[in-house]
Amino acid sequence: MAIELRTKESINAAGAFAVVILLLFSFAFDPGADATREIGGGLLWLVFAFAGALIFNRGFARELPNDCLDTLLSSAVSGASLLLGKSFANLLMLLAVEFLSLFVFGIFYDVRWWLRPLELAALCVLATWGISVIGAVFGALTVNLRLRELMLPVIIYPLLIPLLIAAIEITNALFSNRPLGSYELLWGRVLLVFDIVFTALAMALAETILVN
Amino acid sequence: MRDKFVVALAVAAGVLLAFNLYRIFLVLPDEALQGAIYRIIFFHVPAAITGMIGYFAALLLSLAYLSFGNFRYDSLAASVVEVSVVFSVVNIVTGSIWARVIWGIWWTWDYRLTSALVCVLIFSGYLMLRRAIDEPTQRARLSAALCVFGCIDVVIVWKSIEWFRTQHPGPVLSIRTGGGRIDPAMEQMLYLNFAAILMIAIALVLIRTRQEATAREIDSLRRIANAA
Amino acid sequence: MPQAIELDRLWKFYGDYPALRDLSLNIAQGACCALLGRNGAGKTTLLRILAGLSPFQRGTVRVCGESPRSEKARRLNGFLGHGIGVYEDLSGLENLTFFARVAGIERPASASAHWLERVGLARAASMPVRQFSRGMRQRLALARAFLHAPSVLLLDEPFTALDDRAIAMLTELLTEARRRGATLVLSTHQLREALAIASHVALIENGRLCYAGERTGDMLEDPALLYRLYTKLGAA
Repeated sequence: MAIELRTKESINAAGAFAVVILLLFSFAFDPGADATREIGGGLLWLVFAFAGALIFNRGFARELPNDCLDTLLSSAVSGASLLLGKSFANLLMLLAVEFLSLFVFGIFYDVRWWLRPLELAALCVLATWGISVIGAVFGALTVNLRLRELMLPVIIYPLLIPLLIAAIEITNALFSNRPLGSYELLWGRVLLVFDIVFTALAMALAETILVN
Repeated sequence: MRDKFVVALAVAAGVLLAFNLYRIFLVLPDEALQGAIYRIIFFHVPAAITGMIGYFAALLLSLAYLSFGNFRYDSLAASVVEVSVVFSVVNIVTGSIWARVIWGIWWTWDYRLTSALVCVLIFSGYLMLRRAIDEPTQRARLSAALCVFGCIDVVIVWKSIEWFRTQHPGPVLSIRTGGGRIDPAMEQMLYLNFAAILMIAIALVLIRTRQEATAREIDSLRRIANAA
Repeated sequence: MPQAIELDRLWKFYGDYPALRDLSLNIAQGACCALLGRNGAGKTTLLRILAGLSPFQRGTVRVCGESPRSEKARRLNGFLGHGIGVYEDLSGLENLTFFARVAGIERPASASAHWLERVGLARAASMPVRQFSRGMRQRLALARAFLHAPSVLLLDEPFTALDDRAIAMLTELLTEARRRGATLVLSTHQLREALAIASHVALIENGRLCYAGERTGDMLEDPALLYRLYTKLGAA
């Protein structure tokens, strides 16, 4: 995290990328206000997913020069703690990018995303945690591979599909200022299950993935 | 001995398939509502079920590899995934053709079709990962880890179907509905063709497993040659 | 005599290829074992297994009585591999403080400052490692490895590419470590430097242990003796 705060490589790249994509989408769709509120969720979460890939790629790649990853793995820190730590770092960085994107989104598309702040915040944290854990796990898994930058998105996007659908459905409801009914709460449960199951799996398989 | 078994299995599957094709196209009558196209169900459904069985088997094999470290489990898992992906694609393509004829659309984003597509994508990623790793032990460990993640993800995706109404036809097999939704002759045909397709799948898996073992042997010989 | 490192019938495979074959070796606490062997013999593989960085398929490995991946073993070991193991974007002080915190040292900042002083990098404490010269990086790597006073030191070709100042520093650190009872295992091609401080020697060829025993005076006089006596290539 200290390196990230100093160099701000990942956040800058991911943030700039997110803004550019939002801009490009405005050319592609040019939607009216109602349509925006319905597709806004999908648009945003796609942007977050793409920006996330940039962050995750750097996450473990940063440990490669000078064999720092070896040093960490042979230290007192367990593999599971290492993955958890990386996930938290991913979470914070991605949340920062999301916050920036929401601002830009509100301006470009005239969507009032701040109407239900608590629920939106809760959703963002839950969904982003799921993305961060998957990003950390597969960032670690692909770190030593050639074509790492290509393999990581190919692997994680299909896995993230249920999470993204859930996040999108709930976001659309929030942007349209609809009350969260049983449909949305069902997707909320999917999110929760996703987070719990994959965090547990990541902890269980941490040693297998990291020690090679 | 093993080769003979594979050949015998393949021949048996071929014979059964030929018999099934004869019955499907020449003996069974057209279905009341759908006409001739309904016959695609005899390939669509068995392919789907074979794919799903394959993914579940791959999960068990991956866990077995992670627990015991025997490469046979890894080779089997990789072969099973590969064959399952093929049959899942068959499932999606036949489903697509069926949908076009019956509903007039090539694709619909209902949850069952979507889940099938997600499975194909996840396990294509698995196959790509295996290609990207040269060292056999590392390849086995990492792809086993991905397989576990992938299979559990598939469960989460599929669970969604139970909770939502869908445009896809509901269950018709009597083991699920208790009978009465499909003509018994058709149902029997379905099981027969499922048997044929499953036998073909198993034969393919066995052939592919042998290839994986040979590839590992070659890698080992190359390392020995380099070390000398 | 308690054993710091116990290897019993260890096998490591890459696929079907055995990188280490049926290796059995005991290294007593406080010993300094020089791991010799040609390139590709398996020295690095063995050290990585001991450091808990690499899995193995058969046999048992015990570091201070525990599995190398266990927390106790990882806490007690210090590993210096081919890479220097520090972050380019952080300063020397930040690097050491980070690794000190990871190792659970009390007062990490002051421990780091002390070590920077010790290896002669106090003046460059806030400079990012990216700007370090090669010699400075080597000395920082040594500080990082010895920082938490490990009981078992695993060093992979530590003398390689060190300048004379760094070699002297490393030798001093190793001697001091031995004095406080640490166990050292170092792989090396630099036979003279290693045999001078080693109490024991192990020779590996093609993944097999060809010789293991005390370092004798003969070896000091003729460092290549072992290779000639025990390896096939030497015998030719």
